[in-house]
Amino acid sequence: MRNLFKIAIRNLIRYKRRTLLTASLITIGVVFVLVFTSVTGSFKTIMIGEVTDSMLGHLQIHRKGYVASIDSLPLNLNMNPKAYTKIVEMLKATTEVESFSPRLKFGGMFSNFTETTSIRINGISPDHEFHTVPLLTSRISEGKKTLSRGEIMIPILLAKGLKVKLGDTVVIVATNADGSVNGKQFIVSGILESATGPGGRDGYVHIEDAAEVLRMQEAEISEVVVRLKDFNRLHEVVQKLDSKLAGEVNKEGRPLFEVHSWEQLSPFFNIAQMIDVMTYFIKIMLIAIVLISIMNVMIMAVYERIREIGTIAAIGTLPARIRAMFIIEGFCLGVVGTIIGDIIGGIIILIINLTGIRYNFGRQELLLQANLLPSDLLTVSVIVIVVAVAASFQPAIKASKMEPIDALRHV
Amino acid sequence: MPLITASSISKNYQTEDVTVRALQGVDFEIETASFVSFVGPSGSGKTTILNIIGCLDKPSAGNLRIADTDVIKLGRKESASFRGKHLGFIFQDFNLIPVLTVYENIEYPLIMVQNIAPQERKERITRLLAAVDMNNQGHKYPHQISGGQKQRVAVARALVTNPALVLADEPTANLDSQTAYAVIGLMKKMRDELGTTFIFSTHDTKIVGEAEVLFRLEDGKLTAKERKGGIKE
Repeated sequence: MRNLFKIAIRNLIRYKRRTLLTASLITIGVVFVLVFTSVTGSFKTIMIGEVTDSMLGHLQIHRKGYVASIDSLPLNLNMNPKAYTKIVEMLKATTEVESFSPRLKFGGMFSNFTETTSIRINGISPDHEFHTVPLLTSRISEGKKTLSRGEIMIPILLAKGLKVKLGDTVVIVATNADGSVNGKQFIVSGILESATGPGGRDGYVHIEDAAEVLRMQEAEISEVVVRLKDFNRLHEVVQKLDSKLAGEVNKEGRPLFEVHSWEQLSPFFNIAQMIDVMTYFIKIMLIAIVLISIMNVMIMAVYERIREIGTIAAIGTLPARIRAMFIIEGFCLGVVGTIIGDIIGGIIILIINLTGIRYNFGRQELLLQANLLPSDLLTVSVIVIVVAVAASFQPAIKASKMEPIDALRHV
Repeated sequence: MPLITASSISKNYQTEDVTVRALQGVDFEIETASFVSFVGPSGSGKTTILNIIGCLDKPSAGNLRIADTDVIKLGRKESASFRGKHLGFIFQDFNLIPVLTVYENIEYPLIMVQNIAPQERKERITRLLAAVDMNNQGHKYPHQISGGQKQRVAVARALVTNPALVLADEPTANLDSQTAYAVIGLMKKMRDELGTTFIFSTHDTKIVGEAEVLFRLEDGKLTAKERKGGIKE
């Protein structure tokens, strides 16, 4: 085997320019894929983090039918305190759950006493909420990073539009479940930066204040936001909770609750999927580049060495050895291109990270942190090397099937 | 028992409209350790008979036994194994592997064909390098040595596997007459030392005289067998 490698490497060195060109092509492909994968992968991770950690949580539990009507924030599809208690017991018994936070959501009118506009309000239990969606506090651009009774945090667009400042008194007016209207004064304690996705422009009040506005004796719950210990186990936990909740049915035997992962709640999931599809296409392009370039160079190698093939076949080299000789040559070319590509790709990613490129996504400014995952590096490298070997097969088989007498006659 | 027994060997090539009869019912026997030449004008069938003896080609008809093996019945893979075990080749254009040094070229069949242990490989190569007077040239690549030296390396490569038979198709065609004699002399010396049978083809009348047994071919037919000194059989 060592000798097969020796011959293969020397043959590659023999045709320096051609080897260099082909290896360069593979290198460029590998660099492009690594940089693209790490940048888009990092963008995806940042965005998923923003979406889940500042608003949605990893998953949410609602009363059945709530999500289908979520645009109108229906008060008649809230969970009653008894139902919420069941959810709490179940979540506490689920070891994968790190924390959870109940929300009472409603739509209302926001007034600064001179102007009025509509607003979506989340009634939250601050301690639970800040633990479950930890980036919520980082969105507070002005004001304190806590929320007490009688206080409201409002989105920046609303604050600017209605010229409301910290410490101002505002009024929230809302229609409750039985149709009557109620209002309550709040002090503005925080201004929130907008975030991309559903809930990115909502206001926040204490859950007991929300219940008071809606004239509830005891706070009902619109949704329970859940944070997991390990985000990678999301689908497994959703399935687990789903099966646990399947036993909770109403009098008609229909399920009472529904579990949704963030993917089902945020349109960003479609963008994330598009990024994945683009990454696949880029990988397919890389495969095509490697396949065509290696195949081309190996076909040329076989054609140029027909007499050599005839000689080694005549002196008794078995067809399998001749085949291996050319496959190893393709393999070495793939390995060289991949290693150089991995190194250059790694350097470019390092430079990107050291440069600290910032970009805007919606109203958010994000820092581009390209992360090259070892699994991505390994996948791309293995793909290139496997394709390089596969591309060498046809020329190698052709070489091994040559009749020595015909090959020796070749001019 | 002869090393080679050929009976009624014929070889036809079919071109578009014409059937070329390259060999027509050739019979001969070749003894072990003999120094044999097939001679004749261009197109007489010299290369064809060497290709058939070398198991590189199959006859259209006839029987051929080499080293007690019916080589005509061998498949592609078996032919390759047989060549690797029993035969050595010397080519007109030397056909050394350009990416391997002189030493590695001689070593090639021992590693890639016969799987010989490193120590034995070294011993055989060192002995043969000395025998072909290439002692200090082992590190050189084929493009760094002369034509005569290349053919000496080719002789060493052909002999390194200890074959029963070495076939050389026009081995001196690309050499000047002095080098040609030297190469033929080397082949004869190796025959004497190792007892290997050498068969070569040539149309060079001066070189022909070096053969101990001569088969004359004309239009694909064996017209004469002569022993050295012009004794016809």
